[in-house]
Amino acid sequence: MTQPGSAYSLDKIEEKPETHTMSVLVDNEPGVLARVIGLFSGRGYNIESLTVSETEHEAHLSRITIVTTGTPMVIEQIKNQLDRLVPIHSVTDLTVLGDPIERELAIVKVAGTGEKRSEALRLAEAYEAEIVDASPEHFVFEITGRQSKIEQFITLMQPLGLVEVCRTGLAAIARGAGQM
Amino acid sequence: MSASMTGAQIVLQALADQGVEHIFGYPGGAVLPIYDELYQQDRLKHVLVRHEQGAVHAAEGYARSTGKVGVVLVTSGPGATNAVTGLTDALMDSIPVVCITGQVPTHLIGNDAFQECDTVGITRPCTKHNYLVKDVNQLSTVLHEAFYVARSGRPGPVVVDIPKDIQFAEGIYAGLSNSQHKSYRPAVNGDERAVEAAVELMAKAKRPIFYTGGGVINSGPLATERLRELVRMTGYPITSTLMGLGAYPASDKQWLGMLGMHGTYEANNAMHDCDVMICIGARFDDRITGRIDAFAPGSKKIHVDIDRSSINKNVQVDIPIVGDCAHVLDQMISAWKAKNPKVDRASLKTWWGQIDKWRARKCLHYKKRDDVIMPQYAIERLYALTRDRDVYITTEVGQHQMWAAQFFHFDEPNRWMTSGGLGTMGYGIPAAVGVQMAHPDSLVIDIAGEASVLMTMQEMSTAAQYDLPIKIFILNNEYMGMVRQWQELLHGGRYSHSYTEALPDFVKLAEAYQGVGIRVDKPSELDDAILEMIATPKPVIFDCRVDKHANCFPMIPSGEAHNHMLMGDDLTEEDIENAITEEGKVMV
Repeated sequence: MTQPGSAYSLDKIEEKPETHTMSVLVDNEPGVLARVIGLFSGRGYNIESLTVSETEHEAHLSRITIVTTGTPMVIEQIKNQLDRLVPIHSVTDLTVLGDPIERELAIVKVAGTGEKRSEALRLAEAYEAEIVDASPEHFVFEITGRQSKIEQFITLMQPLGLVEVCRTGLAAIARGAGQM
Repeated sequence: MSASMTGAQIVLQALADQGVEHIFGYPGGAVLPIYDELYQQDRLKHVLVRHEQGAVHAAEGYARSTGKVGVVLVTSGPGATNAVTGLTDALMDSIPVVCITGQVPTHLIGNDAFQECDTVGITRPCTKHNYLVKDVNQLSTVLHEAFYVARSGRPGPVVVDIPKDIQFAEGIYAGLSNSQHKSYRPAVNGDERAVEAAVELMAKAKRPIFYTGGGVINSGPLATERLRELVRMTGYPITSTLMGLGAYPASDKQWLGMLGMHGTYEANNAMHDCDVMICIGARFDDRITGRIDAFAPGSKKIHVDIDRSSINKNVQVDIPIVGDCAHVLDQMISAWKAKNPKVDRASLKTWWGQIDKWRARKCLHYKKRDDVIMPQYAIERLYALTRDRDVYITTEVGQHQMWAAQFFHFDEPNRWMTSGGLGTMGYGIPAAVGVQMAHPDSLVIDIAGEASVLMTMQEMSTAAQYDLPIKIFILNNEYMGMVRQWQELLHGGRYSHSYTEALPDFVKLAEAYQGVGIRVDKPSELDDAILEMIATPKPVIFDCRVDKHANCFPMIPSGEAHNHMLMGDDLTEEDIENAITEEGKVMV
C-alpha cells in the first residue's frame, strides 16, 4: 500500500525509541522549571523521570536531570530545543557520553506481621535498605541505587504488605574527572 | 550611568537608551504610571492602536521594514491576552519585538485581581523569553536584556511584565552594559571545517540549488549583499521561501521564484531534482517540503541556520552549519575564492537547460478576462503601476497573499511583510500602520482579502489619527478564498461557512474612518483606479471586485511531492476533486 503523504508529514520513520538521560544546568529563577516542562508538553516529548535541585547556591544554579525517550531525531531535537532556552547554561546528554552513574532514592512503606514481616526485613538487609521508621505493624525502608535495583525491591515487597512508595527520580553524573 | 528614578521613568529611560523612537500601545489601569511618563515627554512617539493585537502586528511591520526592534506597551489582563496572537506571530516568523505589559500590584498577584492574568505563564510558549519584574532595581537590567534577547541570535518577541507598584517604586537605573549574558550565547560564526566541506560539495554539484529563507533578511543588509555575491559567483539557481522574498532580486536571471505549496513549477522541480541543496536561513517547513519522504530525493543538503534546533528537525541534512547567515556567507565566499573551484560547466549547462524547460511551462499563466477582473491581473497591474514609487507591501492571509507572492516581485529585502509561519488573518492593516510610521513618505500597500481585512479593520482609525496614508488593496471575491479552494479540493465543493453574506460597503466604511473608498469591478477601469489610489494622500480602502471563483495555482496538493504540481491552466473540475487522496484529506 502506498503511504498517504501529506503537507503535514505523517510518515512515521521506523526508528526505535531510545531512552536518554540529560543533565541540564539552569539559572535557579522563577519559572525556569515551567519553561522546561512546557517545552516537553508543548512539543510532545516524553518525561520518564525529572529531578531538580539547586546545586550551586552562590551562583543560583540548579541541575535538572531528565530521563526521556524518543527516536534519535527527537532526542537531538530535545537537546537543541532545551539548549536555546535563555536561562539554560548547558545541556549534556549523559547517555551519549556513555554509562553515566545513575542513582535514585526510594522510601518504601510495608505493613504486616508474622512471616511476611520477617521476610520483608530479611530482603531489606539483602538490598541494603535502611529502616528509617518502624512499629510492630510496619517498616519504612530507605533504599538507594540504580533504578533496576529499586524496581526489584519494590516488586519483592508487593506481596509482603507494600503500602506505598515515594521515589526521588533519577540523579545522574558522568564518569571521569571532567565536568558535565 | 546610574540614577534614582521611578519604575515608570526607568522604562522610558531604558527605551531612550535603546534608541526607540516609536512605540505601539494601548493604555489601561496597570500601565497608567508609564503612560503618565509618556505624557510628560515628547521624544518617544506613541501610536495608539485600536486593539492590542494590532499593536504587536504594527510593531512587527515596523521591525521588519527597518531591522529595528518593534516596541509594544499594553496593560494587564485583556491587554496582555489580546497581544498573544501577535506575539505568537512574531515568534513563528522570528521578528524582534519587546512587549511591555502592565501587571496588577505585586501584593495582588495570584489573588484573581481585576484585570489580572498570568501573563508570563500565558506568554511563555509564545515568546522567545519573558520576565516578571518584582524588584524595581532589576528593571533596567531586565529591559536592556529584553532588547538584547529580542534582536540577537534568532530574533523573536520578548515580554516584560511590570506590576503597577514597581512602576511607582523608586529604584536605581543602570545604563547599558556590555557584560556578557550569563547563559544566553547566540551563534555567530559557522564551523570552519563544515564551511570547507560545504564549499567542496557545492563545487562538485551538477544540479545545485540555493534555497533561502527569512533568516537572510533577519540577519540584515550584509547577509543580503553576501547572498547575492555568492549566488552570482557560483552561477547557481536560487529560490526562496515566502519569508525570504526580496533577499535575492526577483528580476535577476538566476531567480526561479518562490518555492513550496504555491511556488513556481521551475523552483519546485529544481528542488526535487537537485543533487546539492544549499539551504540558508530557512527551516524546511511543511509548506516547503510537501511530502517529506519524497522531498528532494537523492540530494545532499547543506543547512545554514542560526538556530541549532532548526537543523535535522524535519529533514536530515548532510552538512549542518550553525551560525549567522551574514557571517557564514562571508566564510563561504572566502572559502570559495580560496578554492577557486572548477565547476562542472557541462552539467550546469544541462541543468539550466532543464530549468528553462520548466520555466517555459509558464506556470503562473492564467486566463485574462475582459468582463471581470482576475485577481492575478489586479496584482500585476498594481505592481506595474507602482514601479516609480518606494513601495512596501504587507498582506493578510489567504489566496491574495499567495498571488501577491507570485505576482508582486521584490528586488530588495524588508519590503515584504507577511504572516508566514502563523498565517494570521488580520496581520496586514496593523502591519501597514507600523511600516508607514517608520517610512512616512513611502507607498505602503496592504494586499488584502475582504475576509482577513475585517479582523483588524479598526486599525483604519489608527491610520486616520496619525495621517498614515496606507492603501488597503482588497481583492474582494466575497469568499474566504483559500478556505473555499481547500473545500473544492477536499470536501466536494461544499462551501461550509466560507462565504460572507453580509459584507460591509467598503467605500462607505473607508469614509466612516475618515479615509477614501474606491471601488472598481471592470478590468478597463482598473489602471485609473489604482493611479487614483496612489495619488490619494489619505488612507484608502480599494475594493477591487474580482472573479469570485479564481483559485491559486500552481499548487502542490497535500500529500504530494514537489514534482506533482497542480497547474491552473488545464484543470477540470474533476481534476480538482481528485487532486488529494482519501488518506491525504485527513491530514491537512
